[in-house]
Amino acid sequence: MANVLVNAPRTAKKGQVVEIKALIMHVMETGYRPGTNGRIIPRNIIQDFTATWNGREIFRMRMSPAIAANPFVSFSAVASESGIIAFRWSGDAGFVAEHQVAITVT
Amino acid sequence: MTPRRPERSEAKSRDLFVRRRKTGPSAALRATIGRRSFLAGAVTVVPFAAQATPEVLAAVIREVTGDAPLREGRVTLDIPPLVENGNAVPLTVKVDSPMTDDDHVKAIHVFNEKNPQPHVFNAWLSPANGQARIATRIKLADSQKVVAIAETSKGEFWSAHTDVIVTIAACIEDVT
Amino acid sequence: MRSLRLAAVLLAVFTGSLALALAQGDSRHSGYQDMGPALRKMQDDDTANPAMLFVQSGEALWSQKAGAAGKSCADCHQHATVSMKGVAARYPAVAGETGEPVDLEGRINLCRTNHQQAPALATESDELLGLSAYVALQSRGQPIAPPNDVQLAALRAKGAEIFRQRQGQLNLSCANCHDDNPGKKLAGATIPQGHPTGYPIYRLEWQALGSLKRRLRNCVVGTRAEAWPFDAAEYLALESYLMERARGMAMDAPGVRP
Repeated sequence: MANVLVNAPRTAKKGQVVEIKALIMHVMETGYRPGTNGRIIPRNIIQDFTATWNGREIFRMRMSPAIAANPFVSFSAVASESGIIAFRWSGDAGFVAEHQVAITVT
Repeated sequence: MTPRRPERSEAKSRDLFVRRRKTGPSAALRATIGRRSFLAGAVTVVPFAAQATPEVLAAVIREVTGDAPLREGRVTLDIPPLVENGNAVPLTVKVDSPMTDDDHVKAIHVFNEKNPQPHVFNAWLSPANGQARIATRIKLADSQKVVAIAETSKGEFWSAHTDVIVTIAACIEDVT
Repeated sequence: MRSLRLAAVLLAVFTGSLALALAQGDSRHSGYQDMGPALRKMQDDDTANPAMLFVQSGEALWSQKAGAAGKSCADCHQHATVSMKGVAARYPAVAGETGEPVDLEGRINLCRTNHQQAPALATESDELLGLSAYVALQSRGQPIAPPNDVQLAALRAKGAEIFRQRQGQLNLSCANCHDDNPGKKLAGATIPQGHPTGYPIYRLEWQALGSLKRRLRNCVVGTRAEAWPFDAAEYLALESYLMERARGMAMDAPGVRP
């Protein structure tokens, strides 16, 4: 699976707004570039990124070829309850990557 | 992981994205323009779209806002005014919103004016976010306008736009 | 012998002028300092710096057994966080086995072929870049400290010569830009002083991690000269000279650069 780096706090106070950052290795080939043979390299991008907190969706993003290679996304979430924050990236050529982090809310 | 020799197998580092387009809009863009022309007869032109915004950008914005007015404000779009490389431009969108059940940002949409296609991203939010803020990195083919639109739970559309200057890297590699 | 003596003299002159520069206040700075706040922030935050994705691969490779010997890097060197501290800041250096100067990538491949009995990793492969980035990360904040060695002195002198040699259709030397005009603009980009503090770097232009060698090739192509092949001795000479030129500066690998 593609390399993933997620930065989310391990603990948070209930009701606290926490910042979550997610970075993933992906070429994000635009589908507009010619290769060395002069032919257009087929598009190969991540199209969807979702984050769930204990199964409930908290963030969703639809990406275009204008998202930079090795996509980085940062967003906020209210610390609701202890559990699992899960991330899923999916895109062209059947690309899927998943990652989870645990968070304790007190 | 495949071994890679950049001078042979790698694509032209200078993105087509980063090449000035001289050939006019693609078929997809022409289709969008056609659609916009069709829509234009049916909608009131709002002050924002009346600015020197290219037609395609105006059309995709109209697809998001529908008939609702697009107002400037409440949205902060943070991009370095002088971009050192268009391949990865840090961008942050913040929206002034209480993010309560009654009043929150439902979505943030970002568009550009001169990339091969106008969409950058759409993101969907809820009160679970606590704060309407997204940071990411985007590709910009050229110096151009970038627009961020926030869609609220009350059906309002707020926006911010910024003009970005993209500099071109001096020393790049050959592709032979 | 004559070239060695010449090298020693050149090195003495160079070290002398460096000492003078230091006494007058060091005006050297890393390409990091030429970047705007947004790109600095990208480098500073390990979960925003895309080079760290490659470091992650390198870290995995560090403890992965390879070759006929069935050994991993960790089997000999244990924890890289301890054993590799400051190592990248000392390369190029003379390899014990061969008595020849090698850069960090060359050193990693000597370990591959000699100790792991595995095939050498391809130049600019994700594996080699990942490993060298993981090793270089352990030198973050460490001063660049090229070893004192007669052989290296000769190599640095050769590198200094290449650095000042005009070449290409534009008839430019490295020094024309990086010694004479740093801070000025070349096609909209700020000309850096050219100190190799952050290699391997995630260059936004490449949208990937790359070595100092690849960056040097870009410069050579920029002068409209034909780049030397990847295994050419010129790179090792330039790398050795550049590390000496940056002696004492802090490493900031893996860097982000435009």
